[in-house]
This record gives sequence, C-alpha cells and structure tokens, in this order.
Amino acid sequence: MSTDINWKTSEEPVAGCKMHLMRAGNGAPVLVLHHDIGTLDRTPFYDALAGKFDTLVPHHPGYSRSERPDWMRSVRDVAVAHRWLLSQLGIEKISLVGLGFGGWIAAEMATMAPSSVDKLVLVGAMGVKSPDEFILDQALWNHLEYTRSGFHDMAAYAKAFGEEPSTDLVVEWEIAREMNFRIAWKPYMYSQTLPHLLGAVRAPALVVWGDDDKIVPRSAGDIYVKNLPNAQLQMVPACGHYVDLEKPDELARLVTDFIAG
Amino acid sequence: MHLMYFTEQPMSTYPAQEGLDFGATALMFSNKHFDPVSGSRLYNEYIEEYKLADKVGIDGIMLNEHHNAPFCMQAKANVFASILAAITENVKIVMLGNPLPLAENPVRLAEELAMIDMISKGRLVSGFVRGGGQEQLANGVNPAFNRERFEEAHELITQTWTREGPFRFEGTHYQHRVVNPWALPMQKPYPRVWVPGVISKETIIWAAQQRYPYIALNTSIESTQNIWKIYDEEAEKCGYTAGPENRGYLQQMHVAETEEKALENARQFRWMQGEFTGLAHPSWASPAGYSSPSNRRAFVEFSIGRRENPRGLTTFEDQVEQGRIICGTPKSVLPKIRRVLEETRPSIYAVWGNDGTVSHEDSMSCIRLLGEEVFPAVREIGKELGLNSPFEANAPVHLKYSTDLKTSAAE
Repeated sequence: MSTDINWKTSEEPVAGCKMHLMRAGNGAPVLVLHHDIGTLDRTPFYDALAGKFDTLVPHHPGYSRSERPDWMRSVRDVAVAHRWLLSQLGIEKISLVGLGFGGWIAAEMATMAPSSVDKLVLVGAMGVKSPDEFILDQALWNHLEYTRSGFHDMAAYAKAFGEEPSTDLVVEWEIAREMNFRIAWKPYMYSQTLPHLLGAVRAPALVVWGDDDKIVPRSAGDIYVKNLPNAQLQMVPACGHYVDLEKPDELARLVTDFIAG
Repeated sequence: MHLMYFTEQPMSTYPAQEGLDFGATALMFSNKHFDPVSGSRLYNEYIEEYKLADKVGIDGIMLNEHHNAPFCMQAKANVFASILAAITENVKIVMLGNPLPLAENPVRLAEELAMIDMISKGRLVSGFVRGGGQEQLANGVNPAFNRERFEEAHELITQTWTREGPFRFEGTHYQHRVVNPWALPMQKPYPRVWVPGVISKETIIWAAQQRYPYIALNTSIESTQNIWKIYDEEAEKCGYTAGPENRGYLQQMHVAETEEKALENARQFRWMQGEFTGLAHPSWASPAGYSSPSNRRAFVEFSIGRRENPRGLTTFEDQVEQGRIICGTPKSVLPKIRRVLEETRPSIYAVWGNDGTVSHEDSMSCIRLLGEEVFPAVREIGKELGLNSPFEANAPVHLKYSTDLKTSAAE
C-alpha cells in the first residue's frame, strides 16, 4: 500500500447520525461507494485512486465506522444520505465508483440528480434483477463462505482479509449484513423500479464485471448496459465479485482512464 | 399445577442417510424426501394421541410450529388447535406458540385465535413466540425486525381482542386502516398468553413486563434458575412479586412400563438436536439481526466454527444428569420430577413425551401412564410445594389487569 497517501478522516453529521468519511488526494472529485460487507479502512485500490483524484470514501450509514440510522428502510435512503453528504461538502459534480452493493447506491444517486454526476462506474453492481440467475443469498452462508465466494483466487482473499479473518472483522461483517437485511431484504438486493429510471442518467457509464463473479450474475451487467443511455461493458478476466480487492491495479487503471478520458 | 402433553410431531420417515449426507435437516434439506403418505398416517396418529391425552385427564395439550424441517410436522399450529377445539372435551389448547413476526396480517391471526377460543368453548391459551431463525428464512420474513414485529403484532392482536372496533392501527411494521373483526375471543379480557423461550434475555424481561408466564423450554436446572432470577427482578420493578404462576417448564420425559424401554425411547430426544441427523447451519438458526446484540459475537464465532453452540447443547448423559431428560417407569420418574419442581418451582409443567422414531404404540403408552399414574402424583407434589397454576391462582391475564401492584412501582 502506498504510504505517501495522506488519508484524512472525519465524522460528518448526516440525517441525524455520524457518517465516517475518508478523503485523500487532489484533482477531480471521485466518490467511492463500498460493498455490502462494509469496507476496510484502506485498500490498494483506494490508494491508487487517491494518487489521481480527490477521493472520498464514506462508510454507508450502518456499515463499518458509520452509525446505524434505525429508521432507514431502503437503499434509496442510503443514496439520499450520500447526496446529503456531498451537498454539505459543497461538491456539485462528482464521478461515482460503485463497488458491488455500492454500485446499486451509485446508480440510484445518478438517477436522482443526473446533472451532478460526471462519470459513473459500476463494478459487479447489485440493484437490478437478472433474467436468468439470482444474486447470491448471503443469508444462507456464513461470513467466511460468503466473502470467499466473491473471489476467483483464494490467494487474493488471503491478501485482502488474511487466511483467517479476525473475529472483529467478521463481527463487522455481521453488523453490515444486518443492515443489508434492514434495507434490502425483499426483494433481495435489487430494486424493481431502478431499471425504468436508469434512462435519466446523463453521465457516461462504465460497467465492469469480473468474469468469475459468483455473487452478482453477469447478466445483471447487461441490464445496466442496456438501460443506461451511454454505457459500455468491460470484463476483467480471472476475477471474482470483489474486483477492487482481487485486481486493484487493473480496476484502478480502468477507472482512471475512463474518468480522465 | 397445570400439566401438559407435548410432541414436536416428528416426521422421521425420511431416508435418514440423506440427511446425514446433506449435513443438516432444517431449511434447505430438500422436501423431495418428504413422503405425504406417511405424513398422512403420522398426522392421524398424533390426533389419536391428543384424544387419548384428553381422555386420561391431562390438563393441556401444547402445540407449536416449525417450517422446512422433519423435526416438526406442524407448519401451522392453528390448524391442529382448530381440530383439537372440535374433537377434545376438557384439555386446554396451549399454543406455544404462534410465531408473531411471521404474520403479515396479525388481525387475521387474532380472528383465527378468536374462532379457536369460541369453538373450544374458552379452552385456548394463546402463547406467542418470535419463531426460530430458520423460520424467518423459510417464510421470507426479515430477521432484523423480528423483535420489533413480535412486540408490535402482540400490541395489535391484543388491541383487536379488547378494543371496540372499528379502529385504525398505524404501526411501524403493521398498518391497518380498518380493524373490526366479527370474531372475538370468548375468554375475557382475552385468552391467557404464555411465552416460551430458551436464551434471549430480552424475551424474559418482556414477558415479565407483561406479567405473562414464561415457559423455559427444556433448559438445565441452573439455566432455568437464572431465567427466574431475571424474570423476578423485572417483576419487582413492575410492582408485583413473581411466583410459580409465572413459571412454566418444558420437560423431555418418556415414561414406559420398563426402565429399558424408557431409556431406549428417551435416546430419541437427541434425534432433533443434531446427534443423529444434524439440524441447521448456524447462520440459518441465527440470521443477522435475529439474536440480541449481546449474543452477536458468540453467534458469529459459532457460525464460523470458532466456538460451541451458545445454546449449549450437550450429550444425552449430561442432559439426563442435568434433569433436562427424564425417563423411567411411572414410579421411578417421580423423584426426578420432584427434584426439578423443587429446584425450579414451575406451576406449568409440560411433558415432551416422544421424539424421532418412537412408535405410536409407545407414545400412546407414555400418554396413558402420564395421565393415569404420573400426573396424579405430580399434582400432589405440586400441592405440597405450593405450585399454583395461573388458573388456580386466578392470576391476571396481563399486568394492566393487576389489582395487587405495589404502589411504589405504580407511582
């Protein structure tokens, strides 16, 4: 991990609770929206983006270091909380990079305020129903099984979380899972209305998928590409769902080229 | 005392090796192994057993429900309660209970229970439960709101039973613009509500706050005593002193003509606990948000294989030693029952008589021996120990109907 990136942390008051924000780098602003298991404080992917952009990594309300708003009931609520955060920071236009579950949030944000999004990147995004397969039901698997299923190569898993993730980390995953259930239980991890609203998005979109994503079916990516007015699909070979953790350099390069281009 | 008979209604006629190979027999164990022909036979045998329980003078029949698993054939306890309401004469029909969070429409549940109370001529005890973790998954119900839904559905049902309709209910999880069912319970203010449980401190405290009897499900004597400590402390805060009328216990007990037969059949109590067939993946039994936050870390460690089950299941021998399983002849079980009654002082005592592959014939024999020989003697022990049931003590149905609250707490 690059040590010359100086991450600043802050607690931002949003919708009655404290949102944990990590921010580093200079340049065009980029908002990274993390997975349904919460997020590690730093990752090589975040560092790589911070080397090029003013990179913001807020923890979703109810995940990792952010407080849980008990009243929150939908992923659209999370999207509004992130919009609230951006308004409060005085950021009018920003690129969105949504990772997995965070991709769903990014897509919701882009439909809400089309002119405020510079570029949209969705990586193995949840949020839409695939016609032929289902999003993996985490309720049926323990946390180790679920997170392992998101990798193509177990060496990458060990590099991200350790061979045996600490119990503290697994408890954090459990708290994140509880929040997933609170806001995305039924239908599970998708919106029935989002596909009809994607036409509102004005930003160019890059849809990235690991070719061995066992959590979100590839065909969900096709729905995004079909319904977003200006989207292209990019596959990442020999990669699972957590593209940012398994192929951080490759994803950073794709994202950087797309946002800068 | 109030002495009851209970069976999980086991469905043991599936290919056991398939369950062992799959490694679990709840939630995801395929129903391609379910045989409706033997299912029909078993349901009708259970009905015969309940009729016998009524005939031999047992006070109550305890009913429950589970889903997606062979360990319990009742998928809707109200179906059996309805049958018993019509075909039995004297037994109380004790639901322990209806899993409230599974109800999308608690008003409909209130109607069904009112019908059962009227058809049975006022013999319903309407217990409520949260439902196990896998029950939430089997029914597509959000485990993260389990406790909220439990408490809110209870509020809606008791309002439905006691408030003049039509009225409107706008809750967090339930919204009903017109509540006015033309079916109300015969018992007033409403049928007694008992709350069974195993581990959750929150449920014990909640039951004490309502002044509802809490039924400890097959816990060790030590755990049961800890439950009463929590209950009693909360009761004092609410202004009353809890006693045997607030306490129930579910005992695994098989009685037979010989010690050998009793022991052989009692071993079947291990059948659903995983020794023979495996039960549930820990993540199914405790989905995120289902258990109390104070148990979160323990359940997480259990689910990833880093600790033993926090529910504390042990060996058959341990359970016999702890008094959780009793077996023997009508004569030999009495001192063992006395020990449990003396040390935990419940007035509601349910006997879980069989499990697994115990035959219909042996189940019938157990029920007959319980009703004709064991329970009459247990009633005498209960009198000697002052274990008066809620009926005998004429206990209030809910805290708000109390007439004996201590003033300091009422202030």
